[in-house]
Amino acid sequence: MPFQQIVPVSATEEIADGLFVVRFRSERIAQNVQPGQFVNIRVTDGFMPFLRRPFSVSRVEAEHVEIVFNIVGVGTQLLSLLRPGDVLDVVGPLGTPFRYSGDFSTALIVAGGLGAAPFPLLTSWLQREEKQIVSFVGARSAYQLYRMHLKNPHYATDDGTAGMKGTVVELLDRFLKSTQVQKPKIFGCGPTKMLKVLSEYAQKNTIACELSLEGDMACGIGLCQGCPVERVGGSNGKKKYALVCTEGPSFQCQDILLS
Amino acid sequence: MVKQSFKLGDIEFSNRVLAASGTFGYGDEVKELVDVNRLGGIVTKSLSWKPRDGNAPRRIAETPAGMLNSIGLANIGVHKFIEDKLPYLRALKTVKVVNIAASSVQEYCDVLSLLDQQQGVDAFEINVSCPNVKEGGLSFGTNCDMVREITAELRALTKKPLIMKLTPNVTHISEFARAAEDAGADAVSVINTLIGMAVDIKTRKPKLSTVTGGLSGPAIKPIALAKVYEVAQAVKIPIIGVGGISTVEDALEFLLVGATAVQVGSINFIDPSAGPKIADGLAAYGEKQGLGDVGQLVGAMDSNVEFSVLQSWL
Repeated sequence: MPFQQIVPVSATEEIADGLFVVRFRSERIAQNVQPGQFVNIRVTDGFMPFLRRPFSVSRVEAEHVEIVFNIVGVGTQLLSLLRPGDVLDVVGPLGTPFRYSGDFSTALIVAGGLGAAPFPLLTSWLQREEKQIVSFVGARSAYQLYRMHLKNPHYATDDGTAGMKGTVVELLDRFLKSTQVQKPKIFGCGPTKMLKVLSEYAQKNTIACELSLEGDMACGIGLCQGCPVERVGGSNGKKKYALVCTEGPSFQCQDILLS
Repeated sequence: MVKQSFKLGDIEFSNRVLAASGTFGYGDEVKELVDVNRLGGIVTKSLSWKPRDGNAPRRIAETPAGMLNSIGLANIGVHKFIEDKLPYLRALKTVKVVNIAASSVQEYCDVLSLLDQQQGVDAFEINVSCPNVKEGGLSFGTNCDMVREITAELRALTKKPLIMKLTPNVTHISEFARAAEDAGADAVSVINTLIGMAVDIKTRKPKLSTVTGGLSGPAIKPIALAKVYEVAQAVKIPIIGVGGISTVEDALEFLLVGATAVQVGSINFIDPSAGPKIADGLAAYGEKQGLGDVGQLVGAMDSNVEFSVLQSWL
């Protein structure tokens, strides 16, 4: 059940080159959020920019809630300038969480770039469920690599400045070829191109796989219908869609078609 | 206490602020975030006879002080609406206006006839102005004879208030308002979205899958206001002002130029409780001005002007 709240910012931190963490205090969100859910943040009282910005909840510590982001435009620029004592208008927690329990023993966490955002929270919930966890994190280069709060991390970078030179799905493949994993389940988040490759890889190797998607959304609660992802089951050239905000952001990979 | 209510036909709205179609779902999506009964009314997402899956992504793009959308009338269809959504809506005290979109005159008639028998449907708003579908939509809304025909056909089928939602994507919207009035509409909603577009300069592709979409939000408010003013000079039936209204000041401007009521749209995406806040603000303004009725503001702009370009073409 989502709330709309005005919350105080408790910290803003640049944790890597252009990579920011904002922490705010909301007991209600901290107590109710599940891994994979997001918050929708109004970054200004005015209308520039107009829309809220959705962010995965990255971590929860007592009554503090953290989000992680890159500066990509004016919205994230404004967020990066927040200081303790400033307030934020937040709606959340929103969306369908990861299915973090169930019939698997080992969680294979696969993150591309800032796709790492939802995984610290997922990691802590998986640990409570006593699941094994191995994490695979990819980025363009060492500068953009998210390295915090993940279990058993393996790294890959496009330019080879950290970890393996190559993609995060190649990194996962190399690991699985050399290691016996009991009842694995993949949790993936990152750019759509990467998720498409990951989804194909998981289905080819019959590994359960859940993906957390991004969508262009205005409201985050199913009003605007702005964030569709194609779902399996369309016919006669008629496509079927699911909404990322409410039916997702977490989807079983075999249920959706990424393009 | 200043009077806030108003009537359209036999239906009494508790205040002059409604939630606009397509920005409030079917009312149930927001029940945890806002007390829906504090709105004068809610206008549902457009309904068609069969469910529609809507357009391919991308469907929305942010623009300065607004947004473009090309949803393509995605909706659950009238039968599922009656089954799944109407029981919740029926229990609400607020006025339920059901918005209908169709790709033929027959489809408008079929959907309206089916809904007209249902308890919990208080009034109809007819979407003849969606810019994002191939059939129906703008091809109806930009043809004055078509608007007249659809209005007349639907008028014959219902005694409930019939509101025609008009498009600003025409030369003189007032002609369309007159056609609707002549054919028996109880009111007109002015305006639907304006056709707009945006291009991604990195990929050199249009941001929306349909290239163009409908522009909404504070960016269009001055245009919507001028359209309401134009229509107010041309018709006697009530006008429901809609287009970028986000604050009580915006709503007051619309009432002053001649809107009987207003709808809040895109701002619901950012603040679902904007509508009730604006309704409270109207009452507070009326109180402060010593009015007995918020309705005294309708058309109360002091327009002692010598020349208006609008009037020259009416």
